[in-house]
Amino acid sequence: MSNITNTTGSMTSPVVQDLDEVRAMIKRHKLKDYLFSIIGLLALMVGLLTLLVLFVDLVMDGSAKFNFEFLSEYPSRRAASAGLLSAWVGSALVMTVTFLTAVPMGVAAGLYLEEYAAKNWFSDLIEINVSNLAGVPSIIYGLLALGLFVYGLGLGQSILTAGLTLGLLILPIVIVSTREAIRGIPVAIREAAYAVGATKWQVVYDHVLKYSYGGILTGVIIGMARALGETAPIITIGALTFIAFLPPSPITTNPPFINFDWLHSGFTVMPIQMFNWLSRPDHAFHVNAAATGAIIILVTLLMNGTAIYLRYNIRKNIKW
Amino acid sequence: MQAKFIKALGLATLVASTFTISSVYAADKIIKIDGSSTVYPITEAVAEEFQKETKIKVTVGESGTGGGFKKFCRGETDISDASRPILKKEIDACKEAGIQYIELPIAYDGLTVVVNIKNDWVKSLTVDELKKVWSSGSSVKTWNQINPAYPNKPLALFGPGTASGTFDYFTEAINGKAKSSRSDYTPSEDDNVLVQGVSSNVGGMGYFGLAYYEENKDKLRAIPIVAKAGAAAVGPSAETVKNGTYQPLSRPLFIYVNATAAAFKPEVKAFVNFYLKNAPKLVTEVKYVALPDVDYVAVGDHFKALKAGTGFNGTSEVGIKIVDILSRVK
Repeated sequence: MSNITNTTGSMTSPVVQDLDEVRAMIKRHKLKDYLFSIIGLLALMVGLLTLLVLFVDLVMDGSAKFNFEFLSEYPSRRAASAGLLSAWVGSALVMTVTFLTAVPMGVAAGLYLEEYAAKNWFSDLIEINVSNLAGVPSIIYGLLALGLFVYGLGLGQSILTAGLTLGLLILPIVIVSTREAIRGIPVAIREAAYAVGATKWQVVYDHVLKYSYGGILTGVIIGMARALGETAPIITIGALTFIAFLPPSPITTNPPFINFDWLHSGFTVMPIQMFNWLSRPDHAFHVNAAATGAIIILVTLLMNGTAIYLRYNIRKNIKW
Repeated sequence: MQAKFIKALGLATLVASTFTISSVYAADKIIKIDGSSTVYPITEAVAEEFQKETKIKVTVGESGTGGGFKKFCRGETDISDASRPILKKEIDACKEAGIQYIELPIAYDGLTVVVNIKNDWVKSLTVDELKKVWSSGSSVKTWNQINPAYPNKPLALFGPGTASGTFDYFTEAINGKAKSSRSDYTPSEDDNVLVQGVSSNVGGMGYFGLAYYEENKDKLRAIPIVAKAGAAAVGPSAETVKNGTYQPLSRPLFIYVNATAAAFKPEVKAFVNFYLKNAPKLVTEVKYVALPDVDYVAVGDHFKALKAGTGFNGTSEVGIKIVDILSRVK
């Protein structure tokens, strides 16, 4: 007993010494922790503050135009009465076509690659291609569309052409996000479904798609937000700048109540209208451009916000 | 909610597949215009007023003079805006497609040579001095190399990109050959970028259309030009451009009308007549220089007679009168 006491007694000082050393070490490591969190925060701030400064600057420059008239007037040679009506309607219609083409194709392709396709060199090749496609500059899609849609298929400089072009542009984003969402679903879920005799389609439809819905939607919205701000491909296929009328209405009073004439109408979109106003000599137009910029950023932020909200809520509702 | 999503997907695919079937084009009368971004503000103003008055739809694009002619010679547009006369290769393209056109000058633009507002040493520049600065392979780097009386300040040059009609005309008028220019200047297709460049550089010099100078008089100074040795220096203004004393940098702007459309589409005819009638007022409003009234009458007669063809030989010419351009078309 005394022996033990002795031992501990004689050990006391080294332990205390060690303790000090350990404490110093912890302190040093904590300092590094602290330093990194500051560097990380600064790095984050560069991005965040840049966006904030840009946005605030645009809002301040364009604040005079945040009113209903700006959204309900056609473009004009007079900056004061020039509005965004044909541009935002154009953007909305183009986005509709983009959504209706990119989403079914992208989701189907993602599902096929993830659930059905055999894992061999061919599917590897497709995978590499899809990832590469996501990195192709948007102007290339514009050139492709000019040759293929405008002249090859004779669709002209229309809303349909623009929608299909942007659809192609965001297709890889939709495919990749669909695949990622599907990959997040545990294999156990599929095995359980197969165990009770479900077919492949039943597994995909009732389980895989159901649970990955949030992730897919997020990818779709982020893709759409990107498409909204695209200018280069739309200019390449020949969007107009001055257009002071709206495309024919998609809904008519005569049967069959739907018409597709609007698909072939000429159009302009918000980024092009903004670009045009910015290149004017008259500074009053620059206010309109700033307001348009702020609106585009705001809509993009709203879309991305919705994506985050939906993802969070849908994930919350899934109980495995 | 998920089931709905799936159903929406199915419906969307169905709708997408019907797009191609329902290719019924809008039967509405639409006047299609494309071309020069320099002429764009004028045509936009006319289109705006015309549409208000007649309810006939007009669309205006700005693909540039060259891009506009490409569409025009494929028969995609009724009217093409141009900041320079139609070129040889464009004449050939139109001829091949069987497209005839009526060339109508509709306004003047004065290319303006500008320097920084703080530049107090330059009073005027001769065409030869400008040529010394801008000619291909020029090695002028400082102001005192232009004229020993100027200070030894670095020269910062700004100008339009090589695809621009402004570039073509300036190089033709100053350097004697279209598209021949020194290349070590800062080019931009956006004139506001040029304004910014010159206004933030004490030794800056640049050139662009008069309208951009008029809107930035607080930051820039326009340099009067001496056309010939012994001649007086003339600064750019609506008056000097209109009466032809601002030389050689005054240039006419054009619209080219598809002759078939002019003859057989009443709405196109109405639009061009409306254009010429309202040009004096609208051209001035968008800060360009209107032609003298007699010239608009002459241009109107030219259009009425449907005289197809160009008064130019597929090249730009400097300092030519409107009546001469018109009379050269047989």
